Amino acid sequence: MTSPASTDSVPPQLSAGPRPAPGPAADEGLARRLRALACTAPLHDLDARKANLAGEYSVYGMAEIALAGIDLVTLNMDFDTGADHDQIVARLIPRVAAQAPARPAAEHERVARWVLENLINVGSVDRGFRAVYGTFGPDGAYVRRDYDFKLIEEVPGPGGTVYLRTTDEAVNVLVGALDTDVTSAQIAAEVKLEVLINRGRLADAQLAAEQARYRTVQYSETLRRALDATRRNVRAVDWLTAVPDMIAEALDHVADRYRHENAILTNIRRARDETEEPEHKRRAAELVDIVKDCIRRHTQLQSRLLEAGPLFRAEQDRQAFATPLTSSGTDLYGHLLAPTLPLPLEQAGRVTDAFFAHGTGLRTPVSVRVADLVDLLLTPPVEREHLGAEMPEPDLIATPDDSRFSEEQLAAAMELLDLPADAPRRLSGLLAEARRTGDPELAYLVALLAVHAASPPVGTAYRQGEEKLLFAVDDGTELTDPEFGGADLIVGTALLDAAGMAAGRTEAA
Amino acid sequence: MTEHVDRSEPDLDGAPASAAVTPADAADAARLVAFGLQPRLQPARDQEYAELLRRHREDPAFARLADAVAAGLGLVVLEVSPRAGMAVTAAEDSVFAVRMGDYARRAATDSGDRFLHGLAHLAVAALAFPRPEDLADDGYIGRVTVNGVDAFVRQACRRLEERAGEQGENTDPATDAPGLEAAWRIWARRSATGATKDARRPAASTTGIVAKALTFLTESGFLQRTGDESGGTYRTTARYQLQVRDMAGAAALAELLDLGVVPVTDGTPSLLPAEDGDDLELVADAGLPFHAPTQP
Repeated sequence: MTSPASTDSVPPQLSAGPRPAPGPAADEGLARRLRALACTAPLHDLDARKANLAGEYSVYGMAEIALAGIDLVTLNMDFDTGADHDQIVARLIPRVAAQAPARPAAEHERVARWVLENLINVGSVDRGFRAVYGTFGPDGAYVRRDYDFKLIEEVPGPGGTVYLRTTDEAVNVLVGALDTDVTSAQIAAEVKLEVLINRGRLADAQLAAEQARYRTVQYSETLRRALDATRRNVRAVDWLTAVPDMIAEALDHVADRYRHENAILTNIRRARDETEEPEHKRRAAELVDIVKDCIRRHTQLQSRLLEAGPLFRAEQDRQAFATPLTSSGTDLYGHLLAPTLPLPLEQAGRVTDAFFAHGTGLRTPVSVRVADLVDLLLTPPVEREHLGAEMPEPDLIATPDDSRFSEEQLAAAMELLDLPADAPRRLSGLLAEARRTGDPELAYLVALLAVHAASPPVGTAYRQGEEKLLFAVDDGTELTDPEFGGADLIVGTALLDAAGMAAGRTEAA
Repeated sequence: MTEHVDRSEPDLDGAPASAAVTPADAADAARLVAFGLQPRLQPARDQEYAELLRRHREDPAFARLADAVAAGLGLVVLEVSPRAGMAVTAAEDSVFAVRMGDYARRAATDSGDRFLHGLAHLAVAALAFPRPEDLADDGYIGRVTVNGVDAFVRQACRRLEERAGEQGENTDPATDAPGLEAAWRIWARRSATGATKDARRPAASTTGIVAKALTFLTESGFLQRTGDESGGTYRTTARYQLQVRDMAGAAALAELLDLGVVPVTDGTPSLLPAEDGDDLELVADAGLPFHAPTQP
């Protein structure tokens, strides 16, 4: 702003209030906020459009499901691949089900799929979203602009599979820190976490830790891209100084984060062990998991960084030490592709058309004889075998039922073991009751089930969202029985918090 | 070709009337061209083809006759050799030429799709022959994959996006002027792939477009499919190198020059490709978040 002193006739104090100048500078921030706002539009849109779905879907909070979906995809994104589509749907279902427990499970799945597909925007050819907004150009002219963005994108994985990834836009919207620098945001989140833990405010601390984790994921994503790029073109980067410096700096950074997070971990562990309140304890434990996950991701990042050097050297050997030729051909990338991409579509199309016309070779035109045509037209169309070849009818041989216990026996035993949660029983009593039924085999089955219950499948029950679980405990009492020996187990039923576990699964994912 | 001095007596243009063209010669010449029209046929696998190639090399009159037959059919002879066979390609407006409208239906009406298909072919060539030497070296065999080509173009697009961002300008395209939109945006915006009911790539996705290009080039005898990794892997044939070097590259470059875009370092036989500008180093810095943005 070196313009000479203004000699405008209007003194500044007479201008009509603080009016934002309709110039590019003021519009820059406005455009950024408009773009940020646009990223949230698809979520609002979900709730607006749910009324149009066939069926009564207004009970579902679509935006909530969508945000949870973006969370899930972000956290399941790994270095090499992305999140699996079906897995995301499966993990969304508990939340959908919690919103409308009375509805059938098929509907829950349908809603989860609908939300996910709309976040991808499956219907459109680009599979993305477009928002239109207007700005004032430098010359004061009002220009309407298109802003194209994606929230969840589909990327090809190994073996032809398709994975989901959240875009930077989605991560930014999700974290709420729009238009911020990755590095500084991460540092800020960690500082905040430390302060919060020192003050004992764990609820906020967990939020900050989760934010830090989102940042970590975003971080590795950026790095993965950069490594991919360098793998493709060795000479595109300065091998002498820039790359080694960059890797060294990156490693320093990871080490720094690692120290930092380990310090946090120690702090939270202490907080977890010292606190009296169970709620605090639980939250601190969750926090430990989150920070552990952060550390795991950093370690992964670090191993990638260490691999970068040998990879560069191998590529260098492959590309640079071949015998140089005297004649030089066209540099297809430097001379053609790179200059073409920034051109306006109209002009770029002319270049690619020319390349296409001369680069595809030839096709021998098909000429049809009438005799062939008749045959061709009379041949019934071949049905596309999307199901593959027909399976031969399998020749089934009935196998003798050699199970030790019958279904009825199992049902009887399960009924016997269906104990109320507040009244566990001794194994000896259960055995006596089993014998009273008159079936001598039943006691064996009960004993077997009780022994199994001594090591209950907690993990399975947790994953499947079971509501109760049979368990057996040995309190040292000897079993006096004519047929069995060992401990007189205490057999009981534990009630499980299915809803809490479902929520836990979602968080832990 | 200058080493063939063994046939010294009936030298070039020396005997216009002595070697009278018989119908049998014409048939043989046409037959050689017909072999050339089957681009996937390898001379080493067909004795008659190999024999005609040898005759083309050793008998100048026959060579002229075969070349004339090809020219009359609207074909351009790129090379006649044991490795590439009778490498012919369609001249402009020839009946053998491939038309974009026949190639992809959507491309006939949608300028964006038309560009995407063309760009896919250009990118395949650029990745198959990444350095100028590769294109010049007759023994070079390039390898490309479907996902690799897509990632390659996306990386180039991202670089442009970052550069646009660095300049701090609002680069979102104006709404009502689609022809003025920067070309790279079309590719960047299109989804890379997508889940479909029958587990195939959506044809309109960029990997679908690249896969179509690679399949088409394979049918043209330009590529050979070697595996299924990364969406399909291919290696180049001698014909493709000839086609890109002698036809496509030059034509596209001429078009580019016509538009007033003069690629830098044009003509300098340097080992370093033109892409080694400082812009790439900048991007290498910007790509890693660890690196403090040290602007030069």
